[in-house]
Amino acid sequence: MPAQPDGSGLADLQHRFAHAVLQAPLAVPDGIRHDVRPTRERRFGVYRNNVKASLAAALAARFPVVERLVGDEFFTAMALVFIERHPPRSPVLAEYGTAFANFLEGFDPAADLPYLPDIARLEWSRHVAFHSADASAADIGRLAELPPEALGSVRLGLHPAMAVIASPWPIVSVWTTNTHDATPEAPAADWTGETALVTRPHLDVLVQRLPPGADLLVAELAQGVALSAAAEAASRTHDSFDLATALATLFGAGAITTLSQGSSS
Amino acid sequence: MTADRLLRAGAGLKPEHQRHILEARPDVGWFEVHAENYMGAGGPPHHFLERVRALYPLSVHGVGLSIGSANGMAPGHLGRLKSVVDRYQPFIVSEHLAWSTHEGTFLNDLLPLPYTEATLSLVARHVDEAQTVLGRTILIENPSTYLRFDGEEMPETDFLRALARRSGCGLLLDVNNVVVSAANHGFDPRAYLECFPHEHVGEIHLAGHAVLESDGDALYVDTHDRTISAEVWSLFRDVIARRGVRPTLIEWDADVPAWPDLEAEVQRAQSILQTAGGLDARAA
Repeated sequence: MPAQPDGSGLADLQHRFAHAVLQAPLAVPDGIRHDVRPTRERRFGVYRNNVKASLAAALAARFPVVERLVGDEFFTAMALVFIERHPPRSPVLAEYGTAFANFLEGFDPAADLPYLPDIARLEWSRHVAFHSADASAADIGRLAELPPEALGSVRLGLHPAMAVIASPWPIVSVWTTNTHDATPEAPAADWTGETALVTRPHLDVLVQRLPPGADLLVAELAQGVALSAAAEAASRTHDSFDLATALATLFGAGAITTLSQGSSS
Repeated sequence: MTADRLLRAGAGLKPEHQRHILEARPDVGWFEVHAENYMGAGGPPHHFLERVRALYPLSVHGVGLSIGSANGMAPGHLGRLKSVVDRYQPFIVSEHLAWSTHEGTFLNDLLPLPYTEATLSLVARHVDEAQTVLGRTILIENPSTYLRFDGEEMPETDFLRALARRSGCGLLLDVNNVVVSAANHGFDPRAYLECFPHEHVGEIHLAGHAVLESDGDALYVDTHDRTISAEVWSLFRDVIARRGVRPTLIEWDADVPAWPDLEAEVQRAQSILQTAGGLDARAA
């Protein structure tokens, strides 16, 4: 290695080293001693393997149902392609994998499992919920305490860990059976779409189905829209929308943290 | 009492063990965590660490600062590390003589550096910046390495001594890393430890490694996935007997065992510290 006082020799070396670690076909970079056994290819291979295997393991831990649906070997091969195309951009490994679901959309070898990207979105939301900010969930009893004339104008604050994933596939059923059952099971062709609600009211991350239209209610509430207007918007789009059921699900899952009156910001 | 506790053996805190630790309150000196696992906003990681911290001294071990990157340390990371340190008030903060970020891409490993004057200037500058932002001394750990570079200008022990003198940092002596690097580069670990600047050492790490054989050649790999080897225990015993007692950590980060197996390793290190400490006391 040309040792230059400004350190540019080191910058060049690290540039070559980083590319050769991530791009498997690239040769071991210049500047590494080769007058030693084991060979420098084997030595460099330890770093290559450490980087790739640790990231693949991190993805497998984060997307266990995706892994179960495609199998260990397929998942690892798929993860290695993802790692080459989307290496981590932060040393905080908990942030790694945000692009995985979108990557799966375009990953042809997995095209026969069209629900895979939405399962990945559900698993990513669970992971994010695990690390998200803490907040105390509000009890549904607080709604009943409001005077009737105040009910329509109340604004509901959403928990920072809450996420909603709407899918044309029965993602909650697929996720549940592959998380809690011994035998993995693919959804039947005629199964209908499901919307997942992910929450973490305290330490445990919860997953449940949202009733029809409730995702629209949540989207309106997230905009700061008052309860009655949010419910009307959901009813307009979904004939079967039932406000009482939606609220019971949301409060029950710890998705709501605050009830407030007044204008939205 | 507190000072005694800090000279004892500790364990890496793993999510698998934290409920048990809070209930049983095992008799270990302290715990160490990887800073990067506590950079999220909330949730179970902070919930459990706050409770463990209320019962035990804590050491924060960074694995992602990339102190040896020629193009600058990991962007924004020093601020994140400071948040963890400010929140948990550890008695030790440490990082590695290594690099892991290049042009914003994070290569999840501790990559090796060529030991040259140019590297030394760069690393000393980064350590100084880290200590200034954190407002405290940090320890820098000797790495496990699998290859060496053309044109290196000094041995690792000289590099670490010069780094400590120039930046005022302390050192974290990882005895397993010494054994791994010695096997991979064909030097004598006892000779390395003879040259090591022990006066700067503020903590010792012990861990298990794997030996990968192929074509009659062996490479040692720093895996942290098993018990500590007899060779590492023997070198550790010598270091403690000759250089004095240091807070000592058992690292077990993969294939994490049930708590009693990890605690047994901690107690083994503890008994070595106590034997040497007892000898020190009699000599004094």
